[in-house]
Amino acid sequence: MVLHLSPGDPAEIMLGSAATSEDLARLRADLGLTQPLPVQYVRWMGRVARGDLGRSLWMRRAVLPDVLERFRATLLLTGTALVISTTGGVLLGVLAASRPHSWLDRLSAVASLFGASMPVFWLGIVLMVIFSLQLGWLPASGMWAPYGGGDARDLLAHLALPAVTLAAASVTIIARLTRSTMLEVLGQDYIRTARAKGLVERLVIARHGLRNALIPIVTVVGVQAGYLLGGAVLTEAVFAWPGVGTLMVQGILARDFPLVQGCVLVIAVSFVLVNLAVDLLYAWIDPRIRYE
Amino acid sequence: MSRRLRRYPLAVAGALVLIAIVGTAALAPHLPLTDPDAVDTRSRLRPPLTPGHLLGTDEFGRDLVSRLVWGARVSLLAGIATAAAAMLLGVVLGVVGGYYTGVVETVIMRATDVLMAFPYILLAIAIVAGLGPGLRNAMLAIAVVGFPLYTRLVRGVVLSVKQLEFVEAARALGSSDATILRRHVLPQFVSPVLVTFSLDIGAKILATAGLSFLGLGTQPPTADWGSMLATGRQFVVLSPHVVLLPGVAIFVVVFSVNLVGDALRDVLDPRTYAG
Repeated sequence: MVLHLSPGDPAEIMLGSAATSEDLARLRADLGLTQPLPVQYVRWMGRVARGDLGRSLWMRRAVLPDVLERFRATLLLTGTALVISTTGGVLLGVLAASRPHSWLDRLSAVASLFGASMPVFWLGIVLMVIFSLQLGWLPASGMWAPYGGGDARDLLAHLALPAVTLAAASVTIIARLTRSTMLEVLGQDYIRTARAKGLVERLVIARHGLRNALIPIVTVVGVQAGYLLGGAVLTEAVFAWPGVGTLMVQGILARDFPLVQGCVLVIAVSFVLVNLAVDLLYAWIDPRIRYE
Repeated sequence: MSRRLRRYPLAVAGALVLIAIVGTAALAPHLPLTDPDAVDTRSRLRPPLTPGHLLGTDEFGRDLVSRLVWGARVSLLAGIATAAAAMLLGVVLGVVGGYYTGVVETVIMRATDVLMAFPYILLAIAIVAGLGPGLRNAMLAIAVVGFPLYTRLVRGVVLSVKQLEFVEAARALGSSDATILRRHVLPQFVSPVLVTFSLDIGAKILATAGLSFLGLGTQPPTADWGSMLATGRQFVVLSPHVVLLPGVAIFVVVFSVNLVGDALRDVLDPRTYAG
């Protein structure tokens, strides 16, 4: 819908300014752009329901298999970044909340400002220069080594830098929210009671504190999952990660509309699924929440 | 005043840095800088502190000080203009959607929901795909995906304010909708909108730089921090400064904007103080 509502004419963008009006008319008819928008939409939805996302104009083959294959790589990158950001963020947030105004708390506050101000693509390049080019510890780009790779170790080595880059901003956001939520929870009466009955501080924080702070944390983790899916486009571009983001940018530059539509659709659907999963998690975390 | 400013030393430092950068960018045509697009193939990839090139040169021998200063004009203007456009559009739609119930409200709020249901940068990329790459289109795309933030915020305030007694009283006295909105409703959302706007400028600078980095924003040879980063990264092994400098520039500006925005939030909207 967004692509069709944009003022640009897809046929003109695809063929460039040198195209004749006959060429443009033919391509518009081929793409079905001459039909009313609702008709185009219903026909497109019908094809999508049958698993047909159209044919790529650039690669001259069906879009779906390519998009799905690339999406697996994106999912791996985003999933790993989400695990890193959730584990790191919650851990940092809990530690900061259990020792407010300590050096760790101040460090996490400064880190959150850094995280919000750092261009993710620049951070990626800096990490690549340090860990790949200077120290030579990790590979600089791609998903597999061109020769002799192919095992899990090779994949992990290639995954490390892009996943850390992608997770960097989210870690600080999750940490700040965990801290403020935990501080609120730790001020409640039942926490005082738990401490008064002699429970070890670690158990007070883990069982009574964190458990009750989980709903806002899960919400922000869900939101971050969406941002990571979007942010993956930039990270993939830096590390030449063969994901759906790089495919989409290639599609835009090649003016390949069916390919771009396919990429957007797959990411949007996964974004909706993440939101659904978050909603279902609420009920699991807090049994008082029930969906009709 | 000075005592109040002393409570926010970081924000004051951020504001001073911003004034210096904005001032330098605004005065670029009057500064003794070389042409930012002038190619000199004999002076390619010179390191910083080279005589005649304080911060070195890029892959075409173009002076990096000049390109950073001229690039600041594009990057700052893009960030501020897109945030302002998103704010204006968002505020107008938020007021209309909050004050007038019915079909208009439903259409505005559902459109807002749809836009918010997509990852921000992805939607901007999709719109640029429809419009074609270029700075103007990238700015338009970022403004479009940015307005729902303001629409939600303003609508929430308008919905709560329009039920209050002083608005009822103004209506009973025969005030027109325009007068009620201007005199009684507008002052209620000015502070939160200003705070959101100040924090949003940094996000918009990052987003436009991101699109330029992907080749979807500013097109060569125009200097812009995002595109400088993108073209420079091929030479990162030989000359890391070509990539590091525009990245540092983006970081310093966005960091300063966020410091000022944070302080503004604490002053204007103390309820949301993150402390």
